[in-house]
Amino acid sequence: MSSFGLLLVLLLYLGSLFFVAQWAEKKGNSKWTNNSYVYSLSLAVYCTTWTYYGSIGVAANSGLNYIPIYLGPVLIFPAWILILKKIIRISRVNKISSIADFISLRYGNSRFLGALVTIISIVAILPYIGLQLKAISETFHVVTKSQNSHNVLSDSSTYVAIVLALFASFYGSRYVDATEKRKGIVTAVALESAIKLFFFLILGIYVTFFVFDGFQDIYNQASVIPGFKEKNTVNGLEGGMNWLMYCILSLFAIFLLPRQFHMSVVENNRERHVRTAIWLFPLYLLLFNIFVYPIAWGGNILFDGKGFNSDMYSLLIPQFFNNQTMTLLVFFGGLSAAISMIIVSSITLATMLSNNLLIPYGLLGSLAAESQVENNDRIVRIRRIGIFLMIILAYIYYRYFILGFSLVSVGMISFVIIAQLGPAFFGAIFWKRGSLRGALAGIITGIVVCFYTLMLPFLLSSIHPESRFFKEGIFGIDLLKPFQLFGLDYLEPVPHALFWSLLFNFVAYLFVSVSFKGNYRERNYAEMYVDINRYITNHENAFVWKGTAYVKDIEKVLIRFLGEERTHRAMKIFKLKYNIDKDNTMADARLIKFAENLLTGHIGTASAKILIEGVTKEDKISLPEVLRILEESKENIVINKKLIATSNELKIISEQLKNANQSLMLKDKQKDEFLDTVTHELRTPITAIRAASEILYDDDEIPEELRKQFLKNIISESDRLNRLIDKILDLEKLETGKQKINMLPGNIVQTIRESVEPLNQLLVNKNISLTFIDSENEVHCRYDHERIVQVITNLVSNAIKFCDENQGVIKVEVEEVPDLVRIHIFNNGKNVVEEDIEAIFDKFYQSQNQNIKKPIGSGLGLAISRQIVELHHGEIWARNHQPTGVTFTFTLPK
Amino acid sequence: MKKILIVDDEPNILMSLEYTFRKSGYEVFIARDGKEALEILQVEVPHLIILDIMMPNVDGYATIEFIKNEPQLQFCKVIFLSAKNKESDIEKGMGLGADAYMTKPFSVKKLIEQVQSLLQEAD
Repeated sequence: MSSFGLLLVLLLYLGSLFFVAQWAEKKGNSKWTNNSYVYSLSLAVYCTTWTYYGSIGVAANSGLNYIPIYLGPVLIFPAWILILKKIIRISRVNKISSIADFISLRYGNSRFLGALVTIISIVAILPYIGLQLKAISETFHVVTKSQNSHNVLSDSSTYVAIVLALFASFYGSRYVDATEKRKGIVTAVALESAIKLFFFLILGIYVTFFVFDGFQDIYNQASVIPGFKEKNTVNGLEGGMNWLMYCILSLFAIFLLPRQFHMSVVENNRERHVRTAIWLFPLYLLLFNIFVYPIAWGGNILFDGKGFNSDMYSLLIPQFFNNQTMTLLVFFGGLSAAISMIIVSSITLATMLSNNLLIPYGLLGSLAAESQVENNDRIVRIRRIGIFLMIILAYIYYRYFILGFSLVSVGMISFVIIAQLGPAFFGAIFWKRGSLRGALAGIITGIVVCFYTLMLPFLLSSIHPESRFFKEGIFGIDLLKPFQLFGLDYLEPVPHALFWSLLFNFVAYLFVSVSFKGNYRERNYAEMYVDINRYITNHENAFVWKGTAYVKDIEKVLIRFLGEERTHRAMKIFKLKYNIDKDNTMADARLIKFAENLLTGHIGTASAKILIEGVTKEDKISLPEVLRILEESKENIVINKKLIATSNELKIISEQLKNANQSLMLKDKQKDEFLDTVTHELRTPITAIRAASEILYDDDEIPEELRKQFLKNIISESDRLNRLIDKILDLEKLETGKQKINMLPGNIVQTIRESVEPLNQLLVNKNISLTFIDSENEVHCRYDHERIVQVITNLVSNAIKFCDENQGVIKVEVEEVPDLVRIHIFNNGKNVVEEDIEAIFDKFYQSQNQNIKKPIGSGLGLAISRQIVELHHGEIWARNHQPTGVTFTFTLPK
Repeated sequence: MKKILIVDDEPNILMSLEYTFRKSGYEVFIARDGKEALEILQVEVPHLIILDIMMPNVDGYATIEFIKNEPQLQFCKVIFLSAKNKESDIEKGMGLGADAYMTKPFSVKKLIEQVQSLLQEAD
């Protein structure tokens, strides 16, 4: 394929990526861009061209050694989810935008440490980006069958690099706040991850099943090639050690590579997305590795002895069979792998470069004086140029330094350098004693050892391959041989360098941290990092700060970077969150931390601290005091919880008291009403008696007949008075529980017959017909015979009183249902006013209209009946019939 | 002959009152609740009404309200005769326009005196 044609297709591809990124950015929070699968796939930025081409090279040259690079991440994954959640939370509350921020903030927000991490990252990753450019360029030449041009300007890969640099710098720096989620980039990267895996699988299937006859066929043919056996064993304990070191290297990389940190932490917008990643990402790596081996050995079989670059087997095989489509697919798969790595890495490096190096070490002064719009423009410009510069620098690095190295060796060196951040990084989240000096000592020592055992020999070998340095060490000291330091001679150079550098790094970190305690700020952040779950909801409380600061000054600083509107909004939220009076002029520790957080996204942790320090006056705090304050804040949280619990209890109790009081007041009122009615009821017969007696006493001329009538009235009113007193006492006994209910089994039908009998004469007198339906049945249940007789007498008397005056009809019926017996007493009198149908059972019931007296006689019969029935655990109620008639019903349990 | 309407739901009390006032020389009408009273008042204009308060159907308060709103009955004297004997009850009764308030149980003599004095006032 011609260079021009391929370049055109390549531009088309970039264009469509651009389109996807643009689309995803617009979609924002839609479920297409904001889901756990996109997140998980974006993590596969881990698989670069190194995986795509380099693994095959390794597998072809040294057998199984490519596996540990994928085994490490897979092995660590169960723990990864726990650690990653913690890192995500720490980063979220502190607005951390890069690994440099993450490490330096923990160690007292050290500007120097942040810069050091940035420089290490750039040193490690730039060659790695160069590597990707190299891969693009080489594969470009393989596909177009063209030669590498020595003239940079006529080499098409130069233009590819420039286009990529422009694309990345445009897309990577859209937001001033570096912690903003870049949906476009993430979606594009996820898409590329899918593409590269898909194309690689197609190639694998093509090689295994179309070029050869399956896995067995490849194995059979490969096993006769010289050296097959040696290459495909672990090589005993020494080989095992090499494997182990590679595994450690890769599991460090999954946390520490700036692009991994960026994708897994900074771009994470839902903690739960991690749950999908935990299975999807290992599965992805597994799928990617299925065909590495067949392709590599297929290449070995096909090109045995031809001296081709085994890194290029995946392109050379389809090309060998003249399959141009397949070649192109593989090329684009590799291109996808390269592009996503380049873009994400350059963005993270540029963010670190601006936030941890350029701004805190120089630009801050000029930024602080400008307006918000200008500041933001400037920050974006710095990052944009930074990204562009990173890619171009990487390209230069590739052109002039690594042209001759294999993909894997450069990648490995990057990994080892980055691994030096490991002890300080993991110490940050698990060990409160880890100090700034310890972290610096560890990282610097590790880098020095790494430089001596790996970088120096690596650089030297490209200049003086025959240098005595390799064989004899520095100054001819045997113990200092770079590849056999202190006599350790069985490890390969990379595991060897990793082993010693990490060991020195770790020991230095540990030793210095234990020997020299950190200052209060380090200790403060140590608490917040290690115990992040405790501080997650109000982490500003955990920040210890003492001194003098004015809200106005802090607001001014914020406005310069956030603008007026956002600052006021943020301040409003802050004051609401902590319930702070809006007229408060003095700032406290929480506001300091809050303001630092707001600035951090824009200019990094170190600069945020410097800016805030500029407008505040901090008092020194001793370490014990920090610990005391932190302890207090912990206690406060506990006390607060307790206070809330107590106040809730109080609320409940006061509510109960209120209810109790209300019901007491109601009872009191009812009691008053009851007394009122009782006295009224008592006075009525007394009034009649008194009037009649007075007449009899004063009037001698009264006719005999009338005199007798008055005397008769006096007798009947006296009886009435007596009955009334009896009933009041009955009710009182029932209500206070003095009246015991003696429940015995009995035939309720029999009891009803007995109760009705004494009323027969009255019924005859009043010409009322009483029907007792099924009066010969036997219905058994448990009740107090005497009391139930009282109830039935009351209800039947009531019915007699209210049934139709001319043609009175009363019906009594016993109904048996499971568990209980219902006794219905019907009369054909007037309806009870519907709204009073429940109130009639109240003692001395009165209608809503207080002064309408109901002709219920004593007014106590129904109340007493209800009391008795309820003591039997039964119910009593009345129901109107249309147009006339009322049924009173009560139940008795069986 | 002066006309008196007695309204009470207790038949024994009613009987005593009816006997007493007949004997004292009044023309007596009786009603056993407010409703009956109102029916009588459609055709008769008594000089004085003795009115119970707690009664079925239409109570004493409603009855006096009707009386006070009836122009024909504007010179009609009203005595409340009730077992409701609290200060507030008496105030309420007088507030509705009654000319006197007597509590039960009552002295027959005093009631007659009260009736007589009210009727003299009217003359």
